[in-house]
Amino acid sequence: MSSFDSARRDFLQLLGGTASAAWLAANWPALVSAAEHAHQAAKSGNPALEVLTAEQAREVEALCTCIIPSDEIAGAREAGVVYFIDRALKTFFSDTLPVYREGLEAVQKTTAELFPGVPRFSAATEEQKLKIFSHIVQESERPESGARRLAPGASPDFFQTLRVHTIFGFLVDPEGGGNRDFVGWKAIGRDPSHSFSAPFGFYDKDYPGWQPVSGETEK
Amino acid sequence: MSRPMVTYKPTDEVDFVIVGSGAAGGVLAKELSTNGFRVVVLEQGEYLREKDFTHDETKIFIQSLLTNKVNTHPVTFRKSADETARKQQAVLYGSCVGGSSVHFTANFWRFHEIDFKEHGKVGDIPGANFADWPISYADLEPYYTKVEWEVGVSGLAGSSPFDPPRSKPYPMPPLPVKGNGVIFERGCRKLGYHAYPAPMAILSKPRAGRSACMNCGFCLGFGCEVGAKSSTLASVIPMAEKTGRCEIRTNCYVHRIETDKNGRAVGAVYFDAQRNTHLQKAKAVILSANGAETPRLLLLSASSQFPAGLANSSGYVGKNLMPNSSALAYGVFDEQLNDYKGPAVSRIMHDFYELDPKLGLYGGGGLDARFDFTPISFALNGLPPDTPKWGAGFKQAIAHNFTRTMQIFCHGTSLPVESNNFSLDPDVKDAWGLPALRMTFRDHPNDLKMMEWMRARALEILDAAGAKTKWSFPVQEQQFAVHLLGTCRMGNDPKTSVINADHRTHDVKNLFLCDGSSLVTSGRGQPTMTIQALAYRAADRITTLAKSGEISA
Repeated sequence: MSSFDSARRDFLQLLGGTASAAWLAANWPALVSAAEHAHQAAKSGNPALEVLTAEQAREVEALCTCIIPSDEIAGAREAGVVYFIDRALKTFFSDTLPVYREGLEAVQKTTAELFPGVPRFSAATEEQKLKIFSHIVQESERPESGARRLAPGASPDFFQTLRVHTIFGFLVDPEGGGNRDFVGWKAIGRDPSHSFSAPFGFYDKDYPGWQPVSGETEK
Repeated sequence: MSRPMVTYKPTDEVDFVIVGSGAAGGVLAKELSTNGFRVVVLEQGEYLREKDFTHDETKIFIQSLLTNKVNTHPVTFRKSADETARKQQAVLYGSCVGGSSVHFTANFWRFHEIDFKEHGKVGDIPGANFADWPISYADLEPYYTKVEWEVGVSGLAGSSPFDPPRSKPYPMPPLPVKGNGVIFERGCRKLGYHAYPAPMAILSKPRAGRSACMNCGFCLGFGCEVGAKSSTLASVIPMAEKTGRCEIRTNCYVHRIETDKNGRAVGAVYFDAQRNTHLQKAKAVILSANGAETPRLLLLSASSQFPAGLANSSGYVGKNLMPNSSALAYGVFDEQLNDYKGPAVSRIMHDFYELDPKLGLYGGGGLDARFDFTPISFALNGLPPDTPKWGAGFKQAIAHNFTRTMQIFCHGTSLPVESNNFSLDPDVKDAWGLPALRMTFRDHPNDLKMMEWMRARALEILDAAGAKTKWSFPVQEQQFAVHLLGTCRMGNDPKTSVINADHRTHDVKNLFLCDGSSLVTSGRGQPTMTIQALAYRAADRITTLAKSGEISA
């Protein structure tokens, strides 16, 4: 059963006993439509790039993978983060496009400086990538870099920007264009269902109900 | 949900024009239209419905689907009057039908008796412009009850020994306890404190054609897709529309209250979505635009007759801003709480509502157990400070902690300080060329000290409850306000207040203000319940005045 089916099943179960027929009639088609849209977005393959070139996207994806790597659990790559970023750079994160352009140039420069024979970041070995990426992060965290960023009109830092965007792309509701097939939510233990019933976890499962404080302090 | 059943022309002189459809404006619209008056509500934002709401954090937090848009309505901030304010998202408020009640957490605490008369009890406080209310808790109690039953609040009466008297129980049982609530209870009991089920403006049972909460977990910041959160959009605005006398008119940016040569308000001037200007005529005007935009609108309405701004003979319009003080402590536990499910808060405690005078602190506060995070906000802000920011260590931390983290949120008093205010920025303009909202704010030193004291208590509770890891950050001066309180305060003396106990401005007989700006004190951190109780009471008072001819005379 897909996560969408599971979500719909839980939602119907919850509403079956509680919602009015009128409310269901008024709202259910829209909810189904929204959820199906998200489902399709999550299921469809890689969309066409609209802002980044294929070369830029390859480098961005390699960098995102350093932030949330792939192991036995899906990471930024499997979540389709680079496609989220491409769409975001066309729309609500468009003001950060220059940060990407400058940032990718700087990464290329750092790669060439640290490993002269490596043509680009994405072509480096995993060990080399970690060294290059650590260098980029260290540069970002230098006090002078922080001071520069605070100056009026200064560009945001590439690492900080990429980190935020990667997290968005990994964990956003799939309706927002990332978190493909909910792999990000699954990675952090978030059930993709749309509704839940108590008990929710370990601590409330045997809760006996609220009782007033007896007056004695428990030890 | 039906569309507005009635529309008026701007040239129709309706009985009331209300600016804002949020917590207060929605209640006033319902009450006044039900009482037989013709009402137009002018709302700056869109008319979004349940089907328009989403769990997409980019639409909520990046594109401000439900809240004020600083790209067109910029806000500036400075700490003191000798600084030049800079553009900053210093203020967040709802900008859609239902206002901030659409995206709020829905904590619904009543104020206590002390909140209305604390100045009389403790006297003047250095550096504060402290005053008592012209009304008491007893005056407001019937209206608190009305909010609980009509808007819809879940809770358990009698569960807190510190609660003020009440005339009726809650209409619905509390929402389900969460892991954070069980853990909070455990820690509080060990320390002798009294945790109890949080009163929340979220339906625990189906009511009035609305669904019960489905525990989706996207509550704070989001609109409720099933109408279980008791926004005015879900609760009272449909009732207002059903009267056939109330029009909710959206995309209307009110920027001036027009007055005649006798100093009476004649209506509200607004830009529509196409930037055309209209004057909605009305016999009386009510501003419920929130504690930032109500004073701004009065200041924008300055004229030769009212050179300091409308209704501002006291000079108090915009002053005494109280955003409430706050602190947070975080804990990670061994087992999974899964607190991403359900509304944010399930247990609170009010043992610190009135602090022991021996502590040398004024005011007080309440603590709640919560999980405020969405997946993205957790990864950005919910991890211990020493967690790696990237790589396998970062991934492992979000994977392990997301389901095992909870917070204790300390909410408390903000003392009124005259130099803390909203005013018109002399340099920065909005997209219509009007002066931007400027916030000037520095916390009263007592509030910072009190919050540090509360923060230490929160960490003790996490310790007592068995947190595996806990952390917190020192309390800092605030530069961001969500609770917009006190900026057109209520009082009997026209020299030191803007409105009287009927919410009528001292200076303009047919101009009323009712929202967070009306508050004289800030309570202990959860103001919306009181704003709505005030709105119900104001509607009663305004109805009486209108029916006796005292407004139009």
